[in-house]
Amino acid sequence: MSDPISAVPNSSGRFGEFGGRYVPETLTRALDELAEEYAKARQDPQFQSQLTDLFNTFVGRPSPLYFAERLTEHCGGAEIWLKREDTNHTGAHKINNTLGQALLTLRMGKKRVIAETGAGQHGVATATACARFGLECIVYMGAEDIRRQAPNVFSMKLLGAEVRSVESGSRTLRDAINEAMRDWMSSVETTHYIIGSVVGPHPFPLIVRDFQSIIGQETRQQSLENFGCLPDRVVACVGGGSNAAGMFYPFVDDSDVELLGVEAGGHSDQPGDHASPLSFGEHGILHGSYSYVMQNEDGQTCDVHSISAGLDYPGVGPEHSYWKDTNRVQYTYCQDAEAMDAFDTLTRIEGILPALESSHAIAKAMECARELGPEK
Amino acid sequence: MSAVDTTFETLRSQGRKAFLPFVTAGDPNLNFTGKVLKELISRGASLCELGIPYSDPIADGPVIQASYTRVLDQNQKLADILKAAQTWTTELSAPIVSMVSYSIIHRQGLENYVTSAKAAGIAGAIVPDLLVEESAAFAEICRREDFSLIQLVTPTTPRERALQICETSTGFLYFVSVTGITGERTELPPEVVEQVGWLKARTDLPICIGFGISKPEHVKMLAPVADGLIVGSAIVRKIAEVEEKGEQAVLAEIGALADELITAINS
Repeated sequence: MSDPISAVPNSSGRFGEFGGRYVPETLTRALDELAEEYAKARQDPQFQSQLTDLFNTFVGRPSPLYFAERLTEHCGGAEIWLKREDTNHTGAHKINNTLGQALLTLRMGKKRVIAETGAGQHGVATATACARFGLECIVYMGAEDIRRQAPNVFSMKLLGAEVRSVESGSRTLRDAINEAMRDWMSSVETTHYIIGSVVGPHPFPLIVRDFQSIIGQETRQQSLENFGCLPDRVVACVGGGSNAAGMFYPFVDDSDVELLGVEAGGHSDQPGDHASPLSFGEHGILHGSYSYVMQNEDGQTCDVHSISAGLDYPGVGPEHSYWKDTNRVQYTYCQDAEAMDAFDTLTRIEGILPALESSHAIAKAMECARELGPEK
Repeated sequence: MSAVDTTFETLRSQGRKAFLPFVTAGDPNLNFTGKVLKELISRGASLCELGIPYSDPIADGPVIQASYTRVLDQNQKLADILKAAQTWTTELSAPIVSMVSYSIIHRQGLENYVTSAKAAGIAGAIVPDLLVEESAAFAEICRREDFSLIQLVTPTTPRERALQICETSTGFLYFVSVTGITGERTELPPEVVEQVGWLKARTDLPICIGFGISKPEHVKMLAPVADGLIVGSAIVRKIAEVEEKGEQAVLAEIGALADELITAINS
């Protein structure tokens, strides 16, 4: 019998052929140290109970699994349930990962934290975790994202973080990651890099997936409690893919549960107009791991577009590439206009203002509900 | 033996040390890059590093990063670089090695990259984002094709690991002088002298030091323990001024810098 689909990555950080570690030698020792410390923390009941306690009392977990009754009626198909990560402290799932990594930072005896952010949610969540534990915090953010996500920049500063504007390249998430990596190249001995998604060199894709898996674990249990079985289909949006990895991972061995990842379709299928590497990209290397990526025939990373800053990224976590190529997860994309429509609908019908990122998943969840029909 | 091995063998027999300048391919155009290489070699550069522009160079500081962006904005392709290199290398008396991201090599196909670079007269590759653990397949092809695969050791590399890297590196070992990115520094960490000395006592591989070197003082500090010194950003910074100062003035300045550094290396 073959290994279950959840039995990844291996000790070199490979999810099938994807993942690995493609970084300058300067970072190797810190990545080894992080992998070792995380392996210890994973086995340490005290670490786990500390994190659980923070989840319950600081984040406000578990987050509800909410039956969207009026949205279900509106679509006239299967029941739609929403996992409400927006009810977390700081308003998104990002806090699950930043608290876990802040605890790892303390275990490694480091006092300074750097992070990148796109939409600003990961920046706010990192700044929050750093404030909670008294860590110095520097957040790199593309100048374009600073412009379109001003309220989050304000929050980060209030929380004591320094926000550094990144003016290079497309001035978005990808460039913010480059700058954070460059900072880390010089500061690696005293600084931990809290990467915000399931991307980057090993062990980051593993660590972030594990910390985010609380989303799927709760959803699994709440499904059994609320409707006595597992969901027929689970839908999540995918940029780098941390929320989706956290949601899908606890379900990947349940072969009856269909999983659907939704990428940012931007305004057209033309290169440069979208941010959907799993739908349109190639196998390649970006930011330290081997995965699907939007690149040209020379291996240069392409500019991408999405209306949502959090999905505006040319790469994707290596485990998603593994799930795609093993056919465990289906991936599709949702264009800007559809996402905006879903945003309007959910806001008016359910009284919930979703993030633009999540709106991509909501648009496809509504389609799925219609397709599956009322008995599901 | 690749041309890189031959170069270091000759230098050793003459008791000399190498000066290895770095130039970004195509900055501001390939024609000028050819002139810069010629100028540097005529002044005594032993080997030149040709930087293949990459969109996401995380080991590079602002000077080299900006030069890559300038070139990529003109839509220059790898094929253009190789074509130009083919014409330069027939005339140049010192070998050229490519400084190239593994993202680019992977996209070309490992074998294809090596054979097409070789066909253009390029003698090897420095791949700053390819760790020894991930390098087996590429190293095998490089060995078979006698294409030098120059690997890097940094101040954060544990000693055992540094020895392992020495075993797989060919041509020379690139010792990174600082924990950080490329770019000129006022001062370099003095520990690097001891670190390189320790390695030199344990390997026959030539060791060249790079990152942050731009002044004769740096060269005087490092030259006694190294087989060669690498200078990048200080040259790329001068090339960035071509539009303002004109080609002849910039070539003269680069030549003068090369003279100054080469004198310091062999003093």
